[in-house]
Amino acid sequence: MQSELTLLEQIKSGKIWDFPGGIHPPEQKSLSNQGDITQISVKTVYVPVAQHIGQVGEVIVRVGDQVLKGQPLTAPLEGFSLPVHAPVSGIVKHIGNHVSAHPSGLEGLTVEIEADGLDAAITPAPMSNWQQLDKAEVADRLKQFGIAGLGGAAFPTYVKMQPSKDIDVLIINAVECEPYITADDVLMRYHSDDIVAGIKILQHLVGAKAVLVGIEDNKPEAISAMEKASADSDDIHIRVVPTKYPSGGEKQLIQVLTNREVPTGGIPADIGIVMQNTGTCFAVKQAIIDGVPLTQRVVTVTGDNVSSPQNLWVPLGTPVRSLLEFVGFAPEKRQKLIMGGPMMGFNIMNDLMPVVKSTNCILVPSSSELPERGVEQACIRCGLCADACPAELLPQQLQWFAKAKDHEKLEEYNLFDCIECGACSYVCPSQIPLVQYYRIGKAEIREEREEKIKSDKAKKRFEERQARLEREKEERLQRHKEAAEKRKKALEKDDSAKDKIAAALARAKAKKQEPAEPQADEPQDKVAAAIARAKAKKAEKQAEQEKTVNSQADASSGGDAQKDKVAAAIARAKAKKAEKQAQQEQADAVNEANAAPEAESAEDAEDAKKAKVAAAIARAKAKKAEQQAQQEQDAEATTGAEVETTEPELSAEQERKAKVAAAIAKAKAKQAEKTETPTEQPASEAVETAPESKSADELRKEKVAAAIAKAKAKKLAAEQAGKDKE
Amino acid sequence: MSLISDVLVSSPHGKAGLTTNQMMRLVIYATIPGFIAQMYFFGWGSLLQLIICVATALFAEALVLSLREKPLRRTLADGSAALTGVLLALSIPPLAPWWLGVIGTGFAIIIVKQLYGGMGFNLFNPAMAGYVVLLISFPVSMTNWLPTSDVMMHNVGIVDSVWTIITGYSVEGYNLAQLKMTVDGTTMATPLDHFKTQVSLAQTATEITASPIYGEYGGKGWEWVNLGYLLGGLFLLKARVIRWHIPVSIIATLAVLSFVSYAINPDQTMTPALTLFSGATMFAAFFIATDPVSASTTAKGRLYYGAMIGVLIFVIRQWGGYPDGVAFAVLLANMCVPLIDHYTQPRTYGHKRTKAAR
Repeated sequence: MQSELTLLEQIKSGKIWDFPGGIHPPEQKSLSNQGDITQISVKTVYVPVAQHIGQVGEVIVRVGDQVLKGQPLTAPLEGFSLPVHAPVSGIVKHIGNHVSAHPSGLEGLTVEIEADGLDAAITPAPMSNWQQLDKAEVADRLKQFGIAGLGGAAFPTYVKMQPSKDIDVLIINAVECEPYITADDVLMRYHSDDIVAGIKILQHLVGAKAVLVGIEDNKPEAISAMEKASADSDDIHIRVVPTKYPSGGEKQLIQVLTNREVPTGGIPADIGIVMQNTGTCFAVKQAIIDGVPLTQRVVTVTGDNVSSPQNLWVPLGTPVRSLLEFVGFAPEKRQKLIMGGPMMGFNIMNDLMPVVKSTNCILVPSSSELPERGVEQACIRCGLCADACPAELLPQQLQWFAKAKDHEKLEEYNLFDCIECGACSYVCPSQIPLVQYYRIGKAEIREEREEKIKSDKAKKRFEERQARLEREKEERLQRHKEAAEKRKKALEKDDSAKDKIAAALARAKAKKQEPAEPQADEPQDKVAAAIARAKAKKAEKQAEQEKTVNSQADASSGGDAQKDKVAAAIARAKAKKAEKQAQQEQADAVNEANAAPEAESAEDAEDAKKAKVAAAIARAKAKKAEQQAQQEQDAEATTGAEVETTEPELSAEQERKAKVAAAIAKAKAKQAEKTETPTEQPASEAVETAPESKSADELRKEKVAAAIAKAKAKKLAAEQAGKDKE
Repeated sequence: MSLISDVLVSSPHGKAGLTTNQMMRLVIYATIPGFIAQMYFFGWGSLLQLIICVATALFAEALVLSLREKPLRRTLADGSAALTGVLLALSIPPLAPWWLGVIGTGFAIIIVKQLYGGMGFNLFNPAMAGYVVLLISFPVSMTNWLPTSDVMMHNVGIVDSVWTIITGYSVEGYNLAQLKMTVDGTTMATPLDHFKTQVSLAQTATEITASPIYGEYGGKGWEWVNLGYLLGGLFLLKARVIRWHIPVSIIATLAVLSFVSYAINPDQTMTPALTLFSGATMFAAFFIATDPVSASTTAKGRLYYGAMIGVLIFVIRQWGGYPDGVAFAVLLANMCVPLIDHYTQPRTYGHKRTKAAR
């Protein structure tokens, strides 16, 4: 990379370079560049809201509104967005879809205005002190006045005028290399002063140290006019470039004037260059110095079938039909109409298509002038296309890959560096519409990329979810493991005296469990029942029904209940101890737990049928709960003795266990009350108590109550544990 | 609205330059100077071979096209089949039996061209593939070139040519071997063949080229034929039907190699002039190797491709078993074309100059 100084030095030396390839189609410029630009007036304009690259503005007029020339019809949004302005004064007749100035001929949102013929314009708002103003403010004016690149791409000018990188050189593209088109040519001939004034504004905005104006050598009048107009400026250099298509391509002109290349995928600003079209300079001058928004442009109407080819000042939105009527038009059968030049223009299939900011030419050729392409033949790899390609691509290979839809190869052969100039198709002896294949190839690859992004995102989401689930599972397993290890350690540590105590406790507890459970449970159940009696009085009334339900639940719970029996036994033991230690607190816990019976009492009002349904649900839940309980027990220990000995440690597992135990205990108490039989009941009943309540609200309440009760039980257990240790 | 064309056409509109059909025809026309020289020195046989080969080519192409249900008239009109016939006809000995041309052309069109997909899809140069098939299958017939007519013992007119090609005997009943006799009663081979044989008999180059079959600088007659093809080739360059890369590369490679070889060992090597102006050198450089379909398609690749052909021609002529090596050289180079193309991709605008072709 050469230094900036060298670039500027090179530029000062006046040297120009060449670009590879290129073609010399018949220029046909003299058809239309013989006179001044004529202003045309129209009755109806169709102003598309989308006339630039970027977001369209929001329509701010309504049907029936009276608009003045230059009045904004849309308000630009944030981001790349430009407004459009009424090109004539008149009445908004319609806002809706109309054929758009696009090769597809698809319809787009368009504001139709019927001109009143007065051409009453808004008051101009000149910005005469632009040099003193903040650059952002001047750029915003360009935005508000709808200035877009008039060379063809219609890129919002204000965006280009706020480059993120330092700009050394501003290049003004006045090459106009497309055959037939003379819009910039005549504009320079008759408005060179205005153009130079616009150039100075642009130079000021981007802070360029030098300005190069590239003009093809087939426009001597324009060259001399521009030289004259820029004579007072040291920074503006007029560069005459040899006529060769496509020297007006942005990348090619940069190559010709600076011998630099825009890196692939980059923009000129990356190498310190900004390029603007001549017509844009004129529009900038009008917007800033005259204070007039962009409402019209120069359009060349030419071709053999036009009676008087010429350049016109055309209000943006003027249908092509009006232009043709104005210049006189002798159509042949199946007349071809081209918007733009013969190399890159597209054929119009509807003459109501409006002129927009990027429209520089309407070409009406005779069939002998631009004959239809013949039948496509096989590529013979002659390489004429590669010789013509200004980007030094291999079009012959690209067409092969494009036809085979080999997207990987297309990218390997740099399809996206194709500027679609058409030189390859122009010279192809087999008359292959190469550019068309490349456009399709590009579209397919873009679509594929988007699809890939979408699917990648989905894949990532899925993988992340999987990873999260896996992680959570791992964490759970880790917790279990840690808890088990802790218990083991504790067991090993507390060998001597404590161990003996623990062993004694365990023995005692084991003894209690060993005998037939019903007997052992009796006294405990009675105690618990006494506590619970107050809260479960009403349940008695339903006792008979409940019993039926419970017996069903018993049947379905089966053998799983046994584990719970063990758990229940433990719980009972704990409950007993707790009672002994703190009668008062126990009573409190019971009071808190009253919430659950309250829910139950609500349930009491329900009839037997509902209870049965609830019971069925409860059974299912009970099973689930049992399984869970079993798992937990399995994880912790296989024998009740071990559970007992680890009690003093108060591990997470133990806490949970205590909770379960407390809940079971409560349930037991209730059951005992209902049946008035101290017989051992399976734990499934205990689980059943929760689903008994019908509504979610009740369920929640109950859960809260249970949780409080459990917390209390835990506390007790903790206290007891502390005492045990002592 | 009906006035306006509603056919969507992708830009650009209009085209310039030659069409493929025109290019094919121009190549055929460009063989005329060489063809005339060939007829002048070697008799009417070439014209008859031309008729046989072109007719066979068109018939074979039509046959396959109808089998493949492709448009017949339009495809035949592209001139590519006729061109293959012409190139093969100019390559085989003028008085070779008629079935030689039929077999060679049939193979070239049906197997080498159409079975690969027709025009634009063949990997190998059809004319040269057909030639090689004939050379391997019928080596004697394929090397039966007559001496130039001025040193021939028997004058072979147009009727004799027809008879010889069809029946194997001239009107007076001479067979091809007898017709090959020169005025001094010896049988003569082509200069390249002769040179090779004589060198193997330990003759020096000076002694060998004293033979009447050698002309001023090339083979007698052959120098004019080569000049004719050079002229036709220059016309093709001027008309932008072919690019300069391949011919220049072939000729330059051959010239350099033969110059070096001659400088080292002048007694057993042909002079550079003899190398360039005998056998099929110019024909190969401008008409055979420049077949775009089977040649490399990048500018740089064409230089490599031409150089490769040049080297192979030289090697085969110098050390190989055949007097000339154009057909083998071209076919071998054809095989390397995908590789050459892959590694000679030009640097695209905006890409680093060091970008390695992948």
